[in-house]
Amino acid sequence: MSARRLAKDQPDSFVLSAASKKEIAVWVKKYPKGRQRSALIPALWIVQKQADGWLPAPALEAVAELLDMPYIRVYEVATFYTMFNLAPVGEHHIQLCGTTPCWLRGAGDLKKVCEKKIGPQKHGGTTVSADGKLSWIEVECLGACANAPMVQISNADGDDYYEDLDTENFGALLDDLAAGKKVSAGPQSKRHTSEAITGAGSLMTKGLYNKVKKKKLPNSAKVRTTKKKAGAK
Amino acid sequence: MTDLRKVNIDGHEIEVPADYTLMQACEQAGAEIPRFCYHERLSIAGNCRMCLVEWVGAPKPQASCALQVKDLRPNRDGSCANIRTDSETVKKAREGVMEFLLINHPLDCPICDQGGECDLQDQAMGYGRVGSRYEHNKRAVDDKYMGPLVATVMTRCIQCTRCVRFITEVAGVSEIGLASRGEDAEITTYLEKSLTSEMSGNIIDLCPVGALTSKPYAFNARPWELEATETIDVMDAVGSNIRVDSRDGRVLRIVPVVNDDINEEWISDKSRFIWDGLGRQRLDKPYVRKGSKLVATSWDEALAVVAKKLKGDPEGIAAIAGDLACTESMKALMDLMDGLGVKNIDCRQDGAPLGSGPRQEYLMNTTIAGIEKADALLIVGSDVRHEAALVNARIRKTWIHGNLDIAMVGMPYDLTYTYDHLGNAVDALETLMKSTKGFARKLKSAKNPMILIGQGALTRKDGAKIMRLCGKIADKFGMVKEGWNGWNVLHTAAARVAGLDMGFVPAKGGRDLAGILTGAQDGSVKTIYNLGADEINEDLFGKAFVIYQGSHGDRGAHRADVILPGVAYTEKDALWVNTEGRVQMGRAAVPPKGDAKTDWKIIRALSEHCGRTLPYDDLETLRVKLCADHASFAGINHAPGAVAAEKFAPAKLGKTGKPLKAPLKSNMGDFYFSNPIARASQVMAQCSKECSPLREAAE
Repeated sequence: MSARRLAKDQPDSFVLSAASKKEIAVWVKKYPKGRQRSALIPALWIVQKQADGWLPAPALEAVAELLDMPYIRVYEVATFYTMFNLAPVGEHHIQLCGTTPCWLRGAGDLKKVCEKKIGPQKHGGTTVSADGKLSWIEVECLGACANAPMVQISNADGDDYYEDLDTENFGALLDDLAAGKKVSAGPQSKRHTSEAITGAGSLMTKGLYNKVKKKKLPNSAKVRTTKKKAGAK
Repeated sequence: MTDLRKVNIDGHEIEVPADYTLMQACEQAGAEIPRFCYHERLSIAGNCRMCLVEWVGAPKPQASCALQVKDLRPNRDGSCANIRTDSETVKKAREGVMEFLLINHPLDCPICDQGGECDLQDQAMGYGRVGSRYEHNKRAVDDKYMGPLVATVMTRCIQCTRCVRFITEVAGVSEIGLASRGEDAEITTYLEKSLTSEMSGNIIDLCPVGALTSKPYAFNARPWELEATETIDVMDAVGSNIRVDSRDGRVLRIVPVVNDDINEEWISDKSRFIWDGLGRQRLDKPYVRKGSKLVATSWDEALAVVAKKLKGDPEGIAAIAGDLACTESMKALMDLMDGLGVKNIDCRQDGAPLGSGPRQEYLMNTTIAGIEKADALLIVGSDVRHEAALVNARIRKTWIHGNLDIAMVGMPYDLTYTYDHLGNAVDALETLMKSTKGFARKLKSAKNPMILIGQGALTRKDGAKIMRLCGKIADKFGMVKEGWNGWNVLHTAAARVAGLDMGFVPAKGGRDLAGILTGAQDGSVKTIYNLGADEINEDLFGKAFVIYQGSHGDRGAHRADVILPGVAYTEKDALWVNTEGRVQMGRAAVPPKGDAKTDWKIIRALSEHCGRTLPYDDLETLRVKLCADHASFAGINHAPGAVAAEKFAPAKLGKTGKPLKAPLKSNMGDFYFSNPIARASQVMAQCSKECSPLREAAE
């Protein structure tokens, strides 16, 4: 790993969209007045999504101005967390888990698929395909070991996990993404979430919960609207 | 209100205030604690771990810089906590921390400027292991560009973050940060931009290793080769205490000396890096203008020419003292002019109407250290940050502790702290005078309110009227009372207060500066003795015969008809009086250049040629006469402060009348070019090009 730096090629400017500003405001409201700096990490995440998966320098500066912070303070946070991409990524950014459980279940073969379909691995960095549709990076454990091997794909729709991969369905998944086809998250095999791989072995009785009355849990309030009761904090 | 706690350090039981850190308690007990990231004047970081001490019974050694005495709970048997700084645990802790710091530290000592004055070297010798057991590769870090003043070799950085904290807290510009993390952590500025702070050079002193060093001084010398002379800085009127390091008669660098009353532990960049200007554009020979050219000549000839001119009608002779003139030379010149019957003398090169009232009229009476006791501050027409960087640092220090409400009348300069901008022009002062809300209310309820007036307000044509208005405000809001004098004039010239103290102003019926220059242009003033005044436009001297005495070939020398080469502040023993009225002794660090002579001696020699020999042959006799004539010079290192404040009536200062509508601006031009030595410096030129975006923005 080497020091994280901003990309060499930067756009001239960046304007925060109204949607981004609205979403950031929700986070800023959670903190006391004058402490809007605390919303920096969610703000950068929101802006990263707006900027197609990475943070150009003008975007860092725009966030700094919005939160009334010096640029260097934003730079420090952006370089600290690897979830902030400082260089352009593909439309679909594939984060391939290479830690032990996934590795034992064949992540190495998935790596080869990535290298063939996207590009050779850049250690500590992101590889972007020539057409810019896909990019990949090997990351540490994503906590989905029951469904190993798996990848996390970050794109405009979110950051979903695509699990139970093998060379075939992973290759197909990449082709679909590159072609702009819709894909579904979760296991790419026939498995239902993280059910046992041999098939469900418990809680199988049909109608097991039919006659159970839905008890309301204590302290479960209705979803709060923006209007608050007088006197409430 | 002292909450004292007992703590046992190395077997000595001592009592310290509860909010002391363990490190402060250990130091009081006489134990020396090594540290890298901790600095008395910065916030606590606690990341270097070198200050670890053993709290007997605790599972791990404690960072003494961060642990407060009040958090040391007593032992089970009720006895006070036992701290040891000399146990095996502590020795091993220090050796371990040192070993870890040295793992990635390059073996640069032979080529590193910090060698010989390096905290890492000293503490490795004092507290480290005998040798290295590290056999692997070390990490390297790219050098970052931080501007023309600070050289960086970031591989040496131990990430103590002293520079980050200084630049953010003390200098007030958040420009340095620690990016990335772990082994890849690096100290950098955003996009490797230059540091813009006028105090950025202090990080060179703060950096415990050779990561941040002085770029102009790079590879010039080792500290043991240098001869150190403690003297006084003259780049502004703060009178910062400096140490001039020289070798073979050349000044190689300037570093600060601790003085808690004035500059604490810092100096401005101009004071620090001015030394290269001391070796350029020097006047080292007397010159006399023959025809249109200045021709080098001997002292005898030059003095003879000058003496002849001074034999003329005293009504047609004038003397002006510049911003860098030392006390002794001004005294000698004043005595000489007095002996010749010349009334047209003025030390106020910028034309401020000061010097007619009591001494407190033109001093910074609150004193610099006194700012920390103020709770409300009104700044009038001053860019304090660039006019007196250390005064600004003190204001910022008080503000950052939450104790100071600040307002500004004048152009809204970026002073590194937030303030109420009441308005650009004098009408804002008039509004404040009548107001009861907002800042007026803060001033009214303040216990120690103060006003700080800049030369930008006083040197205008309506300066005296502005002074009257400020005086009325000071009176109305109780800024001057027994034990507290909140009336402050901020000077920018090192020579000004001394000149005013000795009365280097027109005698009755004499011309002031404006009158001298008018006379020069219409021919009624025929001879002008210019003691180092280089801020006056040459054309204004008209056809007068100008004798210039100074150290650098700047504007004054260009216009001169006779040049008498004097010496710079690092080359003479002289008294300097700062904006607080504090007299301080400057000392010569290096000998004069070429044929140049100490300034007062030139005038003494001239006085013989004029047949009005001055009654002193040596510095001591001159100083005795100086103090006899003007008692304030005898109080060395003493600022009068609030003495006789109850007798001082600011409402009577200045003149009545309606001030002009024009906005109040600082009259300091480019910070890096404010005096002839600065204009001769290449480093200052580089700085002006790169580090003055703020000045341009303000304009």
